[in-house]
Amino acid sequence: MASGGLRIGADVGGTFTDVVVERPNAQDANAGTEYLSTEYLSTKVLTTHEAPERGILAGIEALSTEHDIDLADLEQVIHGTTLATNALIERRGARTALVTTQGFRDVIETRTEGRFEQYDIDIVLPTPLIARCDRFVVPERINARGEELLPFDEAAARQVVDQLVEGGYESVAVGFLHSYRNATNERRFRDIVAAVASDMTVSISAEVSPQMREFERFNTVAANAYVQPLMASYLRRLEAGLRDLGANCPLYLIHSGGGLISVDTAAAFPVRLVESGPAGGAIFAAHLAARHGLDHILSYDMGGTTAKIALIEDHVPQTAKTFEVARTTRFKKGSGMPISIPVIEMIEIGAGGGSIASVDNLGQIRIGPHSAGSEPGPAAYALGGQRATVTDANVKLGRLHPDTFGATSITLDPGLAEEALVRDIGVALGFDARTSAIGVAEMVDENMTNAARVHAVENGKDLADYTMVAFGGGAPLHAARLMDKLGIRELLVPVGAGVGSAIGFLLAPFSYEAVRSFYTSTDDFAVDEAVALLNELADEATTFVRQGTDADLVVERQVSMRYRGQGWEIPVTVPGGPFDLVAADALVTEFTKTYERYFGRAIEGLAVEAVSWAVRVASAAGVPGAVERAPFGDPVIADADRTAHDTATGRDMPTAVVERDILNPGDTVAGPAVIVESQTTTVLSSHHLAVVDGDRSLRIRRQENT
Amino acid sequence: MSSTVAHQIMWNRLIAIVEEQALTLVRTSFSTSVREAGDLSAGVFDAHGRLMAQAVTGTPGHVNTMAAAVGHFINDIGPDRMYPGDVYITNDPWKGTGHLHDITVTTPVFAGARLIGFFASTSHVVDVGGRGYGPDGRELYEEGIRIPIMKWATQGRLNDDLVNILRNNVRESDQVVGDIHGLAACNETGRRRLLEMLDEFDLHDLDELADFIFERTHQAVMGALADVPRGTYRNTMDVDGYDEPVHLEVAVTVSDHGMHADFEGTSGVSPYGINVPIVYAQAYFTYGMIVALAPELPNNHASLAPFTVSAPPGVILNAVEPDPVSVRHVIGHFVTDLCLGALAEALPGKVPAEGAGALWNFQASARAVDPINEPRPPVEVLMFNSGGSGARPSLDGLTATAFPSGVRTMSAEATEQVGPIVIWRKEIREGSAGAGAQRGGLGQVIEIGATDGYYFEFSAMFDRVEHPARGRHGGGDGAPGRVSLDDGTPFRSKGKQPIPPDRRLVLELPGGGGFGDPADRDAAAHAHDEQMGYLG
Repeated sequence: MASGGLRIGADVGGTFTDVVVERPNAQDANAGTEYLSTEYLSTKVLTTHEAPERGILAGIEALSTEHDIDLADLEQVIHGTTLATNALIERRGARTALVTTQGFRDVIETRTEGRFEQYDIDIVLPTPLIARCDRFVVPERINARGEELLPFDEAAARQVVDQLVEGGYESVAVGFLHSYRNATNERRFRDIVAAVASDMTVSISAEVSPQMREFERFNTVAANAYVQPLMASYLRRLEAGLRDLGANCPLYLIHSGGGLISVDTAAAFPVRLVESGPAGGAIFAAHLAARHGLDHILSYDMGGTTAKIALIEDHVPQTAKTFEVARTTRFKKGSGMPISIPVIEMIEIGAGGGSIASVDNLGQIRIGPHSAGSEPGPAAYALGGQRATVTDANVKLGRLHPDTFGATSITLDPGLAEEALVRDIGVALGFDARTSAIGVAEMVDENMTNAARVHAVENGKDLADYTMVAFGGGAPLHAARLMDKLGIRELLVPVGAGVGSAIGFLLAPFSYEAVRSFYTSTDDFAVDEAVALLNELADEATTFVRQGTDADLVVERQVSMRYRGQGWEIPVTVPGGPFDLVAADALVTEFTKTYERYFGRAIEGLAVEAVSWAVRVASAAGVPGAVERAPFGDPVIADADRTAHDTATGRDMPTAVVERDILNPGDTVAGPAVIVESQTTTVLSSHHLAVVDGDRSLRIRRQENT
Repeated sequence: MSSTVAHQIMWNRLIAIVEEQALTLVRTSFSTSVREAGDLSAGVFDAHGRLMAQAVTGTPGHVNTMAAAVGHFINDIGPDRMYPGDVYITNDPWKGTGHLHDITVTTPVFAGARLIGFFASTSHVVDVGGRGYGPDGRELYEEGIRIPIMKWATQGRLNDDLVNILRNNVRESDQVVGDIHGLAACNETGRRRLLEMLDEFDLHDLDELADFIFERTHQAVMGALADVPRGTYRNTMDVDGYDEPVHLEVAVTVSDHGMHADFEGTSGVSPYGINVPIVYAQAYFTYGMIVALAPELPNNHASLAPFTVSAPPGVILNAVEPDPVSVRHVIGHFVTDLCLGALAEALPGKVPAEGAGALWNFQASARAVDPINEPRPPVEVLMFNSGGSGARPSLDGLTATAFPSGVRTMSAEATEQVGPIVIWRKEIREGSAGAGAQRGGLGQVIEIGATDGYYFEFSAMFDRVEHPARGRHGGGDGAPGRVSLDDGTPFRSKGKQPIPPDRRLVLELPGGGGFGDPADRDAAAHAHDEQMGYLG
């Protein structure tokens, strides 16, 4: 990506807005790789929730002043934001109507008809994004093959539009049954709205998310319509603000699938911006994987509230076609709203530095899902927080220390951490502060370990072959322990871990994934229709990508397949070249192999079904220069001037404190040690060694594995 | 690490292992009820066959049926005849989970030469032969093949004779055998993970950990029970049944040792397959009590032990061989509301009004209208649908949501993709909620027709048409269900009947009962119901 110019990545999160300037680094004579020949200047400012562009602009101004940057030299600004996510969580969207096929008014309210929590009699199901009184119906019906069963009732549609105008709706979502096969009626409805009320924005499900399953599709189009006015005006304000600063470069957005899209596309399909920040983190990890030539990466991102775990194969993050946002109950599956768009697949659990620890009535230590966040914060922050958190445990165990804690505005108070741990954990279990802290730390590590294991199982992977990459303020504290628990051999803590997502934005390709449901089976494979569909999807995706780049493009095609009778599909890659009967056969062979990998044994004698088709088009990524991986050598001598808990032996031990900045490529550090830097702390147990690689990443293994 | 912390970590790990086991099953299963309804279970047991951890799945029906199953395996096979590499199987309704369609597979775990525990899993398979899934068999023998407790594999060698017999006795044999391999495979995953855990913590068996789990759980469950006033509490409930109404009766006795439900006074067994082996009634009783008393308690031997049941043999909740039991869930699902109702006064603030209870599953065979000139292959269609649940003491009931079952519905688009069916309507049934300070959950209306030269033969199995869900504490009853054709012709709610090719079936699902005097309903809540059109 680096073309010699200046670029900016801006990640607006719940607490902080991270701004990173990427510029060529001519000073570093040792810069042997593209990554090292680039310099990242970063700042963190508080997120300005009422007008998030102000935080970004303030951050850019601060960096430009501090580093004497002329903003007229900027080539691109790349932006990711939680604004769309937050609008959905906090229900701060436009006055929105949902128009559906007659007979299906309540799809987004009756949901799956299940309870996401089997044992909670007082369960509260999520309120539909659009209330029943704002949902309208039109007589029309398309069948599963896309044929008309009941004609579109034009007169009734006009009446509904009149009601929408009268009702003062700003935005309209349209979702008709089987529109992923035949979008004619959704388009006709949009045309009627446009003719009568041109200022009303319309989102149609066939464009936002042409995937089968009405609950997910209707909900996705509803979410898009709901956040659309808000996001469009925000993006325009940000563009104008950048121009006012003298930055006349184009603005691009990072989408949930981990690629860049234009402002126009983002303004039309803002639902694609949901979860864009974590997507940046996965790209950051993927780039590291490519530099280090690692084919299997477990990306581990831990912040103040949650931990996110993703798998990256062959330097490409795994994607999914649907996910859940705005979970209302303890991150529990099923308690949020489904969004069917291409997304980097990850698992998110309530395990962050601020996660609150407690003891339940079984005498079990529980962590989260509530977080003390930045206000009031962990007890040790001395900002008024009373509850024991994961951070408090890390303070008690000597992993975090007032002298080396990164956030300079906060002075850690170990006494407060100790009191909170005894109060919340120790009293109930008869533990002292140290044992309480060990229990809290072990339990949060175990929770993350279990989440990682389940995620691997869901993807048919065995973690033994993986390398872990840790970033985000909290991850390097826990990563070496997780590596031990998961039986993983190697861990990398890259440079810039604290602002990993924003750096990831700058490493992302232009990309767009077009997905559509289309059902056929090996009994009678509809090759001609499949070819037409693949071409259509490729055209659609290419059009979006061409809005941002003239670079060479890479096309990837994927089909979701299953045995007839099953309900869960496995993604299978379509071989290159024209799609014909031979290719269809190859697809089935590939499915069988993949199935065996997931579940151990293929099933004989059954037809295989293709359910959903996807084409991803992306600008060809430059291959990053390989990093020189340093051998583990004799450890540098460091004073063991702190006492910290060592998980390998279960004892408190004299522990070295090493400044990361003074380490050079090739240096080795022996545990027990903490390696400190301004944004995070890396913890090594007594059986760990860390070596500094050519790109200054810390590479950590157990001694016996070096 | 203190041993308490280590034990807590391992307990969590065991739960994660069985969740992993269950997830694998859901992903590979061919049976709609496994996939959409979570009709499966997975658990880990100590060497004595005591349940240590169980995955939370969608069906309370497996709560303690599977817990008891492993004891039967140990008993029937004998520990001295168990070897590494063995896999055991059964679908015995009385030793497994209540009907032939559930196959339970158990795998012993050896640490070296020593038997230290078991993994077991259960899954509802697509077919077991016989008449096919439905209430029409008059004896167990008509309901399908019965596999006594036996070895599916001996020391790693598959029992080919059993596979052969099965293949020749069930429809869709590839799927059924595939599912059984899936059960064995998920147990194997669990076994390997458990051995890794023992290695990590340097343990040689599960004894100490089992004691820790059972002791902690026992204290917690007894603590919860301590708040319940001692005494015997009674309730009755009448439901539609199959060919005649069924009277359910319970006396729940709360003592220092636990809670016991006695179903004496309940109707006798039906000639149809809606009869319930008592293990299954116990499961729904236990589920209701845990939901009310200790919802955060993970299931294991100690959490289930205090909940016992009895009933005279031959009542519908204690069917005996060879009574037909194929669709035992239809009556079984009412046991939870029946038993909770008995405790309404003893557990103030915890017992909801009655809900729709039994699911309204649409189970139909699509057949060619004109088989001679326009032949069509037969197609089976299955949809799960739920009415409203009962109002809670401080919350409205849930609209179109299953309770006590954990069933989810299927997407209309996905259903139409695989069968010759058009779902013309599936939406909230206005005015169906029982009134109350908290109103019941609303039912739903479903309108279904055949298409593409097919018509439907359909097996109606709908309850709460004659006996609506009753309100509690002055709350109104939910609307009863109704079955008709789209031209208004009433339809029977029970039994096999054809739907004429040019007609649609209309199902109006029952609403849940209300809780408390409707006059006490919050004015804003009432206005909201009106604005949303919930009141009809």
